[in-house]
Amino acid sequence: MTTAVLPSTAKIGLSRGLAELRMFFRAKDAVIFTFSFPAFLLILLGSIFTGTDPGNTVPMSQVFAASMIAYGILSTAFLTVGIGIAVDREDGTLKRLRGTPVSAVAYFLGKIVLVAVATVAEVVLLLAVGVVAFDLPLPSDPGRWLTFAWVLALSVLACTLLGIAASSLAKSAKSAPAVLNLPVIALQFLSGIFVHISVLPNSMVTVASFFPVKWMGQGFRSVFLPDSMMSAEVAGSWEHGMTALVLGAWCVIGLVLCLTTFRWSEKR
Amino acid sequence: MNAIEVRGLRKSYGDNHAVQGIDLTVARGEVFALLGPNGAGKTTTVEILEGHRTRDEGFVKVLNTDPSTAGRDWRARIGIVLQTATDSAELTVRETIRHYAGYYPRPRRLDDVIEVCGLAEKADARIRSLSGGQRRRVDVALGIIGDPELLFLDEPTTGFDPQARRQFWALVQALAAEGTTILLTTHYLDEAEALANRLAVIAGGRIVAEGTPATLGGRATAAATVSWTDADGDHEISTDDPTSVVARLAGQAVSGLKVRQPSLEDVYLELIGATQ
Repeated sequence: MTTAVLPSTAKIGLSRGLAELRMFFRAKDAVIFTFSFPAFLLILLGSIFTGTDPGNTVPMSQVFAASMIAYGILSTAFLTVGIGIAVDREDGTLKRLRGTPVSAVAYFLGKIVLVAVATVAEVVLLLAVGVVAFDLPLPSDPGRWLTFAWVLALSVLACTLLGIAASSLAKSAKSAPAVLNLPVIALQFLSGIFVHISVLPNSMVTVASFFPVKWMGQGFRSVFLPDSMMSAEVAGSWEHGMTALVLGAWCVIGLVLCLTTFRWSEKR
Repeated sequence: MNAIEVRGLRKSYGDNHAVQGIDLTVARGEVFALLGPNGAGKTTTVEILEGHRTRDEGFVKVLNTDPSTAGRDWRARIGIVLQTATDSAELTVRETIRHYAGYYPRPRRLDDVIEVCGLAEKADARIRSLSGGQRRRVDVALGIIGDPELLFLDEPTTGFDPQARRQFWALVQALAAEGTTILLTTHYLDEAEALANRLAVIAGGRIVAEGTPATLGGRATAAATVSWTDADGDHEISTDDPTSVVARLAGQAVSGLKVRQPSLEDVYLELIGATQ
């Protein structure tokens, strides 16, 4: 026997990421319904609610533009990964990989590469729509971009891990988009992404506060809206500490759920 | 040295005792076929050997390794051709095979694999545009790109037209000639007869017969059927000595004279019928 060296997990993971990206952006339904949808909704909502609420200094369209980044991340991280793994499980991808030297870690590295690139593209698209269509000002203060970086990182991590865990909830690849979109759409209404949080009933906001989406939207508003808009938030402040805490907690919950629920296939 | 060694293998799903004590040995370089009706325990057995399923009981070594605890090194030495996969639809044939080649320490040459699998004309087509038979050839290509010592082929020609099956057989024979050990499961008796050095029939979770295609289930020594038609009508007799029957008929006015040895299919149907 010659001793040939197995390609490293990192190398295989990167190569899987490139293949995943290729497949994602070539699949028209994924690009249209998952990738473009947040920008499409932003254009609709931003064009309908053009005014400025009394007491506010910023038009509603810009509030949507900031909040909608949370939806973008839900799409490219939670939905893409959750649906993607359900599809991989059903169409034979996972079973085939299980019979090759690809480890679970390499498979997930591939998903992470996909999520990272798709999310950056998604955020750029949403910010471009915000800037071009609704005059969203981009902050010049480096501190705000630092906030942007950690809110983005925690959001992507939490959503990806929860997406992996949620993939096991879907019985089939066909039902996965419906099953996974339900919490996504519901939480966005509860969390003040599709309607501003200041008009929501208290009970809804209380429920939403236990989930990550509310804190993601609030975090991105704190980056792109002036501090005068703090008064429109539930607590009257941006609550950065609480945002980091809740999103961090969901990362941990997501990781535990992943480790306990992930299956290569439906059977033992 | 043996590529596969199995002793006393058992696996149940609740009350369904899918595999009830199977012994199996496949030598290196052999093409071994596992035959049996649906639900006989064929796929369960093969999936345990592939490391896809756990077993309840028994001794299993595949390439000298227990598949239930085998790692990446072991997986680099086997190749698996899946029964039903529809993945990678948006990649081209070449992109997919090249990507899989990157998983292995010493892959075969990309162009050789595309050529030997008959995919040269479709190399730049998206996988979603392929016919069922072409899709299966991609599955085979992905199974052999890592240059495996042992190849699992699970019902590889289901849905093939007759011409595609012949081409596929030639491919398997070429792989076998290179020394690849092959474990084949199939519904098609002619496929097993054309490809396998040895075969086993599995029914009700047990192996009910094992042998070469020529000798399985006493086929070589079984009675032959001689049939003919003469002035008295149709005749058919079963005999251990067909030669003397034919000699006796020589010079008489008979038509439609046929001597038939039991086919592999006859033997197979008798074997699985006996257990049901």
